This record gives sequence, structure tokens and C-alpha cells, in this order.
Amino acid sequence: MKRWFGFLSTVWLGLVTHKLRSFLTILGVVIGVASVIILMSIGQGSTQQILESIQSMGANLITIRPGSFTFGGVRGGMSQTLTMEDSEAIAAQVSHISAVAPSYTSSLQLVFGDKNLNSQVTGTTPEYMAVNNLEISKGKFFNMEEYQRNTKVAVIGANVAEDLFGSIDPIGQQMRMGKIIVRVIGVLEAKGVSFGSPDDAVYIPLTVMQQTVAQPRTPQGGRIVSTVSLTVSDEKYTQNVIDDVTSVLRSRHQLSAFADDDFNIMSTEEIASMLEETTGTLTLLLGAVAAISLLVGGIGVMNIMLVSVLERTREIGIRKALGARDADIWSQFLFEAALLTFTGGIIGVIVGWGISIIIDTMGFMNTLVSVNIIFLAVGVAIAIGLFFGFYPAWNASRLNPIEALRSE
Amino acid sequence: MIKLEKIVKTYPMGKRELTVLNGINLEIKQGELVAIMGPSGSGKTTMLNLLGCLDVPSSGSYRLEGREVSRLGGRELAQLRGEKIGFIFQTFNLLSRLTALANVELGMTYAGGVDRKRALEALDKVGLSERVSHRPIELSGGEQQRVAIARAIVKNPALFLADEPTGQLDSKSGGEVISILTSLNTEHGITLIVVTHDANIASHCQRIIHLMDGEIIGEETR
Repeated sequence: MKRWFGFLSTVWLGLVTHKLRSFLTILGVVIGVASVIILMSIGQGSTQQILESIQSMGANLITIRPGSFTFGGVRGGMSQTLTMEDSEAIAAQVSHISAVAPSYTSSLQLVFGDKNLNSQVTGTTPEYMAVNNLEISKGKFFNMEEYQRNTKVAVIGANVAEDLFGSIDPIGQQMRMGKIIVRVIGVLEAKGVSFGSPDDAVYIPLTVMQQTVAQPRTPQGGRIVSTVSLTVSDEKYTQNVIDDVTSVLRSRHQLSAFADDDFNIMSTEEIASMLEETTGTLTLLLGAVAAISLLVGGIGVMNIMLVSVLERTREIGIRKALGARDADIWSQFLFEAALLTFTGGIIGVIVGWGISIIIDTMGFMNTLVSVNIIFLAVGVAIAIGLFFGFYPAWNASRLNPIEALRSE
Repeated sequence: MIKLEKIVKTYPMGKRELTVLNGINLEIKQGELVAIMGPSGSGKTTMLNLLGCLDVPSSGSYRLEGREVSRLGGRELAQLRGEKIGFIFQTFNLLSRLTALANVELGMTYAGGVDRKRALEALDKVGLSERVSHRPIELSGGEQQRVAIARAIVKNPALFLADEPTGQLDSKSGGEVISILTSLNTEHGITLIVVTHDANIASHCQRIIHLMDGEIIGEETR
């Protein structure tokens, strides 16, 4: 115990004697650790944001689109093969589905008063709201009766309501959409997400859509839709449903056994894991950049420790003459290096965390500081101290006491 | 207590070997006050380094309190230095950033642990109880050397080794240091070996050993 106290006070004195030097060394580590935490928190924050936005699209959601679908790239071919009839067949033949909603999306001009705006208008069935997890803030979504009777009603996204109607209550207002006039019956809750956000969309009954925009037909006479979305009754059946939908569609489209699917099925889970992978790579990349600065900080520690050993050669000689073993000497220098990086690590966590919170609250970017990152950053900082402190410490312990005493 | 037999120490000098000590035989008893004298290059310092377990001889036998030292490894040598040897250097070798008290405590760090009470007692013995919290730079040369003596006596070593202890002191403070060292010997029975040029120190010693070119060329006893 007494020995430990002596040891600690020795290390402490070594550090406080050179306050500025210790401070600069620590600063290098602080910058390294803080940048690891900030960059990793940005990476994790954006991952979380994307996952949340996907979750808001609706759990257990499966989306079927025509053609081969490459994520983040161009939708290849855009072959219009998916039809209303396909959607009805899926609803009839595939089990474990709670709702199916075919939809056809087109860009149309909306006009109200002296304002006009282009919007993605989606014609769909009443099930669409439940399937895609939409919420109504005002009014209502159109119902089955309105759908079947081709009633010209529209449900508009929060941004559309804001941009087109401003302070006027949109409910009950007539607006022009392409060639027809529709009555607004509902406004959607703002979701505030960027990924396929319903905030900028307008929803009308698919039957009305077919009148407004000449909905194209396949050579066989099928009414083409752009998307079929459906909800699986229970998450555990997701794969079954995907398999069943695939076989129903392949047989309806008369594809030979060797032909590729002419449609694409995506579950929320798949999209999530795909995006997670992408943002994971991003996080890793950011972390790697930050790790380089941590490495530079570590080299700074080594540099200072080498100087410190050189400068204290005589002290090492004195200590050895007084009975210090090699282990006493190297543990002193190693502990000194580890203490520098540990202190730097702790301060770095505080600084990094603080800046992450500031970035988040200022609204520049979403950040998320996880406990893992903190332990990782501090652990790596100490490891760097031990790693880069080892060589100088070993050098110090191997000094010949006679020569060390003779040095100036 | 100390027995040197046929001690040879050589250092490599390029391709040749330089023989610094050449067949030293010497016996020193408990409680003796011995001076080793000789011109520069006679091997005094090398001998002191061997006696102080800072180095081992190339051949020959060195027994300290019956224990053979010449074949020990670095770890055991360090332990022996910590427990048995008290060094007093010409240049004091205090740590400049530590106070007098902390410097004395440093002497105990590697020899069983720090005991503040004993450190204060040791400083009192050398007459520095008023200066415990001064740093070396605030002390005179004589006072610094007395701190160094306190640092050596605090761990009760079997053997005191002093290398030109008054070499950097004026005659007055040198005299004080000499009187402290001799009183340690006479009052506490401490074994003390002093390497010196200074005939004044040698005159206080019971035995004077003369070295020349790595060999003992004469011995006086009073």
C-alpha cells in the first residue's frame, strides 16, 4: 500500500512538473477520442434516423414493384407487368395477409386559388392507409363506399396542406387535380421523414385515378399498377408470404423456370437491413478517419515519453542506485503514459459527447452516443498509451545505472 | 563483512580489452571506516561501483555479508542496493523537483516502503529538521549533501559508500559533512567506505587503501 502510494505520487509528480507538456500530450488524445465519438455518433444517429423512418412506413409491410429493382440505383426497365388482377389474385390466394393495397402513382398538378403545385398523386384502395401506417390529423381517409362509387375525394399530406392551403382549413375545399376537381376530405399527420415521405403526397381512390390519368393496360388487358403493398398478419410468416406471392406472380406472368422474376418484392425488414449495412459502412469509415487522429495522438504520447525518458536519465540512474528494479522503472513510465491517455480519453469523452449533443440540438444532424462507443474510445486510448508507452518505458528500464548517473 | 578475492574488471575498448581492476583482494569488517585513495584512472570509481552492486566483476569473488554478489542478476542486485547500500555522491544526486523530505522518502520507496516519521528523524539527525520542505535549489551544497546522507541512512543500510562526498563543497560545509559521516561511524557503528582525493577526509579514517593502475599498492592503518 505504501509502495503504491509512493508509486502514484512519483507518477503524479512527473506529470505536474511539466504541466504544459502533459497538457499538450493529453490534448492530442482528447482530439482523437472526441473525434471518434463525434463521428461515430453521427454515423449511429443517421442509422437510427433511417431505421425510424422505415419503421414509420409500417411494420410487416411488403412492397411489390414491377421490374428488377436495384436499391439506390435506377429502376431497370420499368417493365409494366404488375396489374390490379395480380393484386386481387394475391389477396385471394396467399394466406397470412391482413390487407392488400394496389396503387398507381402519377405526378399531377394541383391548383387551389392562385396557388399550384406538382405532387405525386397515388390512386389506391382504402386499405392503403392501414398497410402503410398512415395517420390522419384532420378529417378522414376515403372509405370503401367512396372508392366503389368513384367519389372525387382526396387525402393530402401535411406539406401539401401547408403549401397549397396555408392558413385555410383544407377540409371540404375543392381543388383542381389534373383535369378533374376533387374535394379534400382528410389531412395526414406529418411524419417528417425524407424516405418516401407521405407528407408531400396526395391519395385518391384508385377508381378516380383511372378516370383522371388514362391508366395503361397490358396487352392481355390487365390494369397496370405501380405498386402493390400488403401487410403480413404476423412477422414470422414474412418469408412464407414472399415465397407464396412469388409463385402466384410467376405463374400468372407465365414465366419459365429459368426466367428472372419480372417483379420485385421488398419487406420492411430487408430495406432496413440493407440501409443498416450501408450506414454501418459509413459509420465504420467515419470511425476509421477518427481512429487515425487517435493514432496520431498516440504517437504524440510516445514522442513525449521518449523525451521524458531522455530528460530523466539521471533520475533513472538515481532511482536504480536507490534500489529500483527494472520493473519499477518501466512500470513508472508505462503508468505515466497510460495515465496521460486515460485522462485524455475521459476528457475526450466529455468533449465529444458535449459536441455530439450540441450538433443534435442545433439540428445539423442526428447523433447518438452509445455506451459502446465510449468504452471503445477510452479503451483504445489506454491501449494506445500502453502500446506507445511501452518502448520508451522499456528503454528507460534498460539504462545502465552507472552511465545514467554520469549523464547531465 | 566484505570480502573481495581476485577481483578483475575489464571493459571492451574497440577490439582490445581495458583492464581497470586487476586482481583486488580486500577484506573490510563491520564498523570500519575505510578510505580508498588514488589518482584519476586508478580504478577507484569502478571499485566503488562493484562494492555498491551497480556492476559485477568480470572475474573473482565479492561476498557481501557472506552472500556471493558477483554472479547475481539485475533484479537481485537492485534488491541488494535497495536494502544494503547507502550511496553518497559527489554531485549529491537529489531529484530537483522533490522537497528534501520527499527526496529522503525516495530512499525508502524501493526498500520496503515510505515511512514519513523515519524520514523526518533522518533529516533531524543531519540537522535539517528546519528545511524539510525546501527543494534542492533552495539549499546550500552542504545542506544538499546532508539531505543525501539522510536519504542513505533512512533505510539503515549495512554499507555506506561515499564517492568524493566533499568534492563540490567549500571547506566549512565539507567539514560538517565529514563530521556527520564520522559520527555515524563512531556513534552508530556504520560501515563506511569513502573514495576520495581529499587527505583531510582520509585523515579521519582508520584504514586508507591506495590504488594505482587497478591494483592495491599500499595500505595504512591508524
